[in-house]
Amino acid sequence: MTILEAKNVSIRYITGDFKDIGLKEFVMRKLTGNYHVTEFWADKDVSFTLERGEMLGIIGSNGAGKSTLLKAVSGIMVPTEGWIRREGSVAALLELSSGFDGDLTVKENAYLRGAMLGYTRKFMDDTYDQIIEFAELKDFEDRPFKQLSSGMKSRLAFSIACLVKPDILILDEVLSVGDGAFRKKSEAKMREVISGGATTILVSHSLEQVRQMCTKVLWLHKGRQIDFGSDVQGICDRYQDFLDGKLDLSGEKV
Amino acid sequence: MFQTLKSYQFLFEELVKRDFKKKYKRTVLGMAWSVLSPLLTLLVMRLVFTQFFGGNTPHYTTFLFCGNLVFAFFSDSTNQGMTSLMDNAHIFTKVNVPKYLFLFAKNTQCLINFGLTLCVFFVFCALDHITFTWRFVLLLYPIACLVLLNLGLGLILSALFVFFRDMQYLWGVFTQLLMYASAIFYSIDGYSPQIQRVFLANPVYLIIKYFRVIVIDASLLSWHYHLLMAAEALLAFGLGCWMYKKYNHQFLYYV
Repeated sequence: MTILEAKNVSIRYITGDFKDIGLKEFVMRKLTGNYHVTEFWADKDVSFTLERGEMLGIIGSNGAGKSTLLKAVSGIMVPTEGWIRREGSVAALLELSSGFDGDLTVKENAYLRGAMLGYTRKFMDDTYDQIIEFAELKDFEDRPFKQLSSGMKSRLAFSIACLVKPDILILDEVLSVGDGAFRKKSEAKMREVISGGATTILVSHSLEQVRQMCTKVLWLHKGRQIDFGSDVQGICDRYQDFLDGKLDLSGEKV
Repeated sequence: MFQTLKSYQFLFEELVKRDFKKKYKRTVLGMAWSVLSPLLTLLVMRLVFTQFFGGNTPHYTTFLFCGNLVFAFFSDSTNQGMTSLMDNAHIFTKVNVPKYLFLFAKNTQCLINFGLTLCVFFVFCALDHITFTWRFVLLLYPIACLVLLNLGLGLILSALFVFFRDMQYLWGVFTQLLMYASAIFYSIDGYSPQIQRVFLANPVYLIIKYFRVIVIDASLLSWHYHLLMAAEALLAFGLGCWMYKKYNHQFLYYV
């Protein structure tokens, strides 16, 4: 059963001089015909489908349009052209450790984050102890968040996020966080979530991870779709060759 | 609409809590200050304007307080509502939540603040020998209109603020001007009927006047007046909703 389908998805950003000029200047420039913007396509004509339980790895260098595509899939952005059809709930875990409030305590932040991820108050009441336990922050519960180290912050973020049980799970480089022991623990936890049957999209710079876990691969380059398919090893091989400079994008040997 | 609101109830509550805690920084004085600051404005106006306008206006202190009470809520709510969306940009760029939630949470916090000041207002009324009647219940009507107006303008302003960062400054200037045009410390009876009619276009004035008629004059306003007030509030709210519907997917590109 197709659970996620993206068809000719294109997303356009507008860049130019509108951002800092303000309303007065905007009106003036409109009047004098001096107003210019430039378009920038972060994604162009991207299409893919995912069946239930499949795992898609998105690969591509920086600026390939991966994060923008994830935002469109999760519904944060609406594609400029094309469409995306989703069956079921989506949880997007993007840039986890940002977005906390420094003035609130660890506990308050945990509840706020839980609410953002769509948990209920009852669920948070029930699992709060477990979250703090997992994040190893028992002694910091009532501290203002800004006093925490960045490692602690991402530990908390991960511990809350890994409780999601969505139909579609979107992961942007969050397979594991922290150092040493916690890294192992979090990776194991994440695999547990993935094996829970959710259809997963994974953005990773670790090609090894993609090879091991994914059943489909989407290769993006500067917003364009280079390849998509279930031949994971084949596409990864060619991507590796491209990275090593042995192959250009049309598939010709250099 | 209500279905989605229900499912975001937890987030909404947490946002209100957060705004509340941040505003008062968990201090005792923080809470008191929010009531104290309109009282200080009232005190200064009372000292300065009684000489000029107080002579032929009965219950001048209550008269002033009506104006200050309404205007402080309006100004607080719209100015803070304007930045509410941008302040939460780090959230809505990463999680798919309805963006008006941030504005509604902020306005709820302002409403609670207003409620506190309203209590002080009634104490002052008692001190000013105002007789309390059943008509005071009718004050819920202008308050409801004011909330709707604040939400509507908040929607419009917060959307504009995403695109144009100088809105904050422009709206600051506008609120200042509106303050003078809302007859907070003077009565408009001295103006010609034509000019008095111009005042009716100002929803803030309508609401202030409603308060004064109920509290000081102990009388009622015509149903035309009620309609006009609701129409102006609904117009602002409708326009705000329309703007959000139209532009809410574009906010992301501009933050």
